[in-house]
Amino acid sequence: MTHEETPRRGRLKVFLGYAAGVGKTFRMLEEAHELRRQGGDVVIGYFEPHGRADTIAEAAGLEAVPRRKIEYRGVMFEEMAADAVLARKAAVCLVDELAHTNVPGSRNAKRWEDVLELLEAGIDVWTTVNVQHIESLNDQVRQITGVSVRETLPDWVIQQADEVVMVDATPMALLNRLRRGVVYPPEKAQRALENFFKESTLVALRELALRQTAHEVEVRHEAPVRSALERRTPGSAAQSPAETEQERMLIYITAEPTSAMLIRRGRRIADFLRADCFAVHVSQRADLTHLGVEQRQAIEQYLNFARNLHIETRLLEADDPVHALLDFARRNRITQLYLARPRQRTWPDLLGRDLISRIVRMGRDLRVAIVAERRRRQ
Amino acid sequence: MPIDLNRRADPDLLLRQLEEQEHQAQRGRLKVFLGYAAGVGKSYQMLDEGRRRRQRGEDVVVGIVQQRYPPEVVEVLARLEIVPPLKVGGGEALDVDTILGRKPQAVLIDGLAYDNPPGSRNAKRWQDVVQILSAGISVIGTVNLQYIEELQDEVAAITGKRRGQTVPKAFLEHADEIEIVDVPAEESLQRTAGEAVPADAEQQNRLSRLRELALLLSAQVVDQQLARCLKAHGIEETWGAQERIMVCITPRSNAARMIASGRRNADRFHGELFVTYVRQSNLTAEDRLSLDRKLAMARQFGAEVEILEAKDSIAAILQFARTKGITQIFVGHSLERGWWKKLWGDPVDRLIRSTEGMDVIVFPH
Repeated sequence: MTHEETPRRGRLKVFLGYAAGVGKTFRMLEEAHELRRQGGDVVIGYFEPHGRADTIAEAAGLEAVPRRKIEYRGVMFEEMAADAVLARKAAVCLVDELAHTNVPGSRNAKRWEDVLELLEAGIDVWTTVNVQHIESLNDQVRQITGVSVRETLPDWVIQQADEVVMVDATPMALLNRLRRGVVYPPEKAQRALENFFKESTLVALRELALRQTAHEVEVRHEAPVRSALERRTPGSAAQSPAETEQERMLIYITAEPTSAMLIRRGRRIADFLRADCFAVHVSQRADLTHLGVEQRQAIEQYLNFARNLHIETRLLEADDPVHALLDFARRNRITQLYLARPRQRTWPDLLGRDLISRIVRMGRDLRVAIVAERRRRQ
Repeated sequence: MPIDLNRRADPDLLLRQLEEQEHQAQRGRLKVFLGYAAGVGKSYQMLDEGRRRRQRGEDVVVGIVQQRYPPEVVEVLARLEIVPPLKVGGGEALDVDTILGRKPQAVLIDGLAYDNPPGSRNAKRWQDVVQILSAGISVIGTVNLQYIEELQDEVAAITGKRRGQTVPKAFLEHADEIEIVDVPAEESLQRTAGEAVPADAEQQNRLSRLRELALLLSAQVVDQQLARCLKAHGIEETWGAQERIMVCITPRSNAARMIASGRRNADRFHGELFVTYVRQSNLTAEDRLSLDRKLAMARQFGAEVEILEAKDSIAAILQFARTKGITQIFVGHSLERGWWKKLWGDPVDRLIRSTEGMDVIVFPH
C-alpha cells in the first residue's frame, strides 16, 4: 500500500438560490440529517447561522468542525478551519456560502478554493450560493438591483459541480418571512425591504436563478431540450439550423474599465454557445513599459481577470490594433469578435475613424459584436 | 402591494392598480408547487406549508390527498384537518360544497390536474379550484409538469407517454404564486424506486430533461410576472433576465445566416427570437420576392416577425428593441444605403452609437 494513491475526487453539490432567506442552508441541513439517519458520515465545515432560530435549530445534532479564529486589524473573524476539515476527512462536508472571501491569514483567499481542496482530497462537498454571485452575471445583477456584488464566483467553479439544485421560494413568501423577522433583525429587515428586497428585484433575480439552473441541468445531460417552450409554429422543430459550426470568440481587452463587463459577457455567451474563447490586448510594446503605471496595471488586471475565468489570453505587439486584431482573428479561425462600446463621453469621432467603425468596415468576413454596458436607466 | 405614489402620478395607471388590487382582494390566492415527476417532494412541500401556516394561526384544511404517501408525508398530514372527499363511482372528488360551507382561509389540494370521476359537478379538478378561489378561499396545490396540456408534445418526446388528464398552462400562468420543487434526477429516482434499484442512466437522462423543462416553464411564468410587476410600478425599462434576440433584415441582407444564427442563440439561451424588417418603398420585384422568402423563413424558424413602418429605420429598430427588452441585435452591412449614408453617416455606426444596454452584432455580407 502506498501513500501516493490519489483519492477519488469528491462530488460537489450546489444549492442555488436567489436571495438570503429562500432556505438554501435549511434545505442543505435537512438533507444532511437525512443522510445521517441513513448512516452517512457528514460534518459541518462551515455554516452561517445569520441569527436565524430555525436554521440554528436545524444544525443541532450534526457534527461541526470547530471554526478557526483569525484576528485581522484588531477584529476577530471566524472562518472554516480548512486544515481541520481536511484532517477530519468526513465522507460529506457542508460548506455554506461558496462565494465568501476569507479573511487574510486564511489558508486560501476564497472559500471556493478551500472547497476545491476538499474535493481534491476526496471529500464530497455540499454548498450554497446565490445567483447574484456568479461572475458572468455581475452586470445584469447590477442592472436589476443597483448593487455591484463584490464577492463573485468564477462560472467554471459552478460548472465543476456534479449537481446544481434550485432552492425556490416565491418572492411573496420571502417578503413575508422578512416582515416576520425570520430573515434579518427588524432594523436590517426594514433596510432590506427598501433596497434589495423589492418585489420586482426579487422576481428578476428569481428568473435568473431558474434560467441558470436550467442551463446547469442542460449541460449535464446529453440531449438538450430543444427550445420546447419558445414560440414556434408546429412542426418547425425539424427546420432548426445546423449546429455543426464550432464558434470561436475573441475578446478585445483595453485599459478601459468597460473591459471587465466585456470579459464577463463574452464568457457567458461562450458558455451558452459552447464556443472557444480567447482574449487579446494589442500594444506597441509587449512589455507595456511605454505605458503609464495606471494603464499598465489596468491591462494586466483585465488579462488576469480573463485568465481567472479560464479564457486564454495573448498580448499582441503591433502599432495598429485593427490590423493586429483582424490578422489574429483570421489566423486563428475566429468567428466572432467582441468589442466594448465606449462610454459616451469617450466616444471618439463622428467620421468613422475610430476603432469600432474601422473594424466593422474592414472585418467584413467576421461577425463583430459591440457590447454596451448594462446600466440602470434613471 | 402598496401603491407607490412617488414614482409617477399617472391616473390611468393608478386606476389599473386599484382595479387589480380589488380583484385580488375578493378572490382567494392560488399557490402551485410544480414538480417534474412523482417523487420530487411536491406533496410534502405543500402539506408542510399548510402545517406552518396553521402554526401561525391560519385556518387551513386538506381538500384532497393522493392514494399513497411516504412516511414523512403521512406524518405531516396527520397534523392537519381533512375535509373528506366525495366518493363518486370508484373515484374521489373535492367536496366543494362542504369546503365552501366550512369556509377556511386555505385548502390544500394535491394533484390539480386530475379529472373528476364521471357524474361530478365539474369534469376537471382545476374547475373546482376556480370555484373555491372565487369564493375567496385560497388554494395551495401541486402540479406535475407532465400533466400540462400545452407541453404534451415535449413530454411525449421525452417519456413516450401522453397524459390523458391535463391542466391548461394558463392555469399556472394565472396562479398568484408558483414554486418549483427541484431535486436532482438521481435523487428522485432513488425516492421512487428505493435504494435497492441501481440508477438507470437512460431513465435518469429522461428525468433530467423533464427537470430542465420544469425549470424553463417556471422561468417563463416568472418572466410574465416580472413584466406585470414592472408595469404595475410604472417602470418602463427591461432588465434582461431573459435573452431576447432581434434580427434586422433587408431584401439584400444575408438573412438566412443571420436568422439561423439568431435561432441558435435563442435556443441556447432559451430566449426569444424576433425578426424585423423596416418597410422600404420602391422595391424591385426581385427584392420583394427575396424579402418574402426571408420573412417566410423567419416564421418557419419560429421567430416573431414584425414589419416596422418608419422613415428613420435606425430609430424604428431602437424603439422596437427597447419596447421588447431586446438584449442582442443582429444587423448586416446591407443596412447601408448610399444617399442615406451621405446624409447621416454609416447607419451601422449610428445604431452602435445609440444602443444602450444591448449587444449589436454586425454580420458579414
